[in-house]
Amino acid sequence: MAYSDKVIEHYENPHNVGTLDKEDPNVGTGLVGAPACGDVMRLQLKISDDGMIQDAKFKTFGCGSAIASSSLVTEWVKGKSIEDAVTITNKDIAQELSLPPVKIHCSVLAEDAIKAAIKDFQEKRARRQSGDASAVKQPTTQP
Amino acid sequence: MKLPIFMDYHSTTPMDPRVLEAMKPYFVEDFGNAASRNHAFGWKAEAAVEKARKQVGKLIGASDKEIVFTSGATESNNLAIKGAAEFYKDKGDHIITLSTEHKAVLDTCKRLERQRMDRIEELKLQRLMELTGRDVTLDELATLEIKHDLENDALLKRWIDKVRVGARVTYLSPKKDGLIDLDELRSAITDQTILVSVMFANNEIGVVQPLAEIGAICREKGVLFHTDAVQGVGKLPFDVEQVKADLVSLTAHKMYGPKGVGALYVRRKPRVRIAPIIDGGGHERGMRSGTLNVAGIVGFGAAAEIAKDELAAEAQRVGALRDRLWAGLQKKLDLLTVNGSWEHRLPGNLNVSFAYVEGEAMMMAIKDVAVSSGSACTSASLEPSYVLRALGVDEDMAHSSIRFGLGRFSTQEEVDYVIEIVIAAVKKLRDMSPLYEMAKEGIDLKSIEWTAH
Repeated sequence: MAYSDKVIEHYENPHNVGTLDKEDPNVGTGLVGAPACGDVMRLQLKISDDGMIQDAKFKTFGCGSAIASSSLVTEWVKGKSIEDAVTITNKDIAQELSLPPVKIHCSVLAEDAIKAAIKDFQEKRARRQSGDASAVKQPTTQP
Repeated sequence: MKLPIFMDYHSTTPMDPRVLEAMKPYFVEDFGNAASRNHAFGWKAEAAVEKARKQVGKLIGASDKEIVFTSGATESNNLAIKGAAEFYKDKGDHIITLSTEHKAVLDTCKRLERQRMDRIEELKLQRLMELTGRDVTLDELATLEIKHDLENDALLKRWIDKVRVGARVTYLSPKKDGLIDLDELRSAITDQTILVSVMFANNEIGVVQPLAEIGAICREKGVLFHTDAVQGVGKLPFDVEQVKADLVSLTAHKMYGPKGVGALYVRRKPRVRIAPIIDGGGHERGMRSGTLNVAGIVGFGAAAEIAKDELAAEAQRVGALRDRLWAGLQKKLDLLTVNGSWEHRLPGNLNVSFAYVEGEAMMMAIKDVAVSSGSACTSASLEPSYVLRALGVDEDMAHSSIRFGLGRFSTQEEVDYVIEIVIAAVKKLRDMSPLYEMAKEGIDLKSIEWTAH
């Protein structure tokens, strides 16, 4: 299967690979996919109190298209509000990277990762606001 | 050293230049049809084919009269299994094979099963028409079958016993190391068993089956023994008498010959018969009609002769390169697993899982090296390798597997280069892998509830 130039570019020079402190109350972590399916994406977003995405990091176990999809969304969400970030769809990702039909699931995973990371952040914030300080310390590795 | 490097010798092999030289005259100059019995063009072609027949026979310890030329091993496997099932249909209808066989064997068996099921379905419809006194459609079968308790219908049972179309198939699971369980094989054989089909060496994991033991069991039980030997013949010693094989599938392009030509060995003493699957002019003693691919057959013969002469030295050289590759990778990388038995393995095969690294991403990272992966992402099915799963390899480890195949033209320089870039790729991809990070933190990945998709 031939990869598009954009997939190759992201794969060879992935943007924003890394880890943010998952204990940080301003960091939302989304872990989606499954090792048995051959792809797992972890997207972490650092979100300011007013809901702006300040930083994004990813780590992905998966094929080149999965890595490229992750890399692309970290670029796209940075500087966006969470309301805008959740409007990114897998179609946008697949189109940007010219993914073939068998790789569409990679873009679906990337969309899911954004939503999961934001959801994790929002849950953390809700717990914080309800004053349940101990809950904030919960590990957030669960997808 | 030239890039890209070919390390996928199980998929195919480059043609040996000596083979090409042998083939050259048979395209333009000596173009005759080997079946033309009445002129010099035909005689020349026939002589060339018969020489090749001897060369191929010699490689496997067979007589030239036992070699049937085909278009390749897929056809040979089809011919062996379908041909034996049809010819021996009055003797029995049961076939035993291994779940790690090549698709050319497995899908052939599946078709035979389906043909039998289709026939049984027809009989059920017929029986239901009798019982209901009206026409019955296929859509009604499932409901009426239960309503009229066909499962316990004595007459239908007798009809089904008479079915002589297709076959019943037992798919044995290999042991964890990929080897067949001989006791299981022995107990799977019934008085209805006509054929056992077990490959010589596996195309993915390179595991070499104990053919002599399998052959002895089959001979003792009076069952035919077919082996798809494409990956092993020419790489390891193989003799039809020693393994007591009755049918052997071969192909030229896995032993430095041309693509599009193969052979089926059909034993003469004791005589083994098969029904043809391609009908026509009665070539190859009626077992495979169709004008012979003379140039291809000549190339196959030349490749077989070279393989026979150089097998011992080549196996040693290629095995040493493979060992060097494995040692080199292990020196710098942790969490590597070899898939399948290490000792019962083709000299040129290394199938290894790089934990927490996905196979296709790995192949992209080492794009100057042609290898193969058990990752689902390399297939349209999204399922990881059925061979690795049959061995009980976890799905994530199957996704992380890479098959290195070394052969005649592999060099030490290439191996050293591959070691270097594979190490760099694995390090890069593990740095990018959330699973590697989690495993290093001591998180048990199996304890996590993943979202399957």
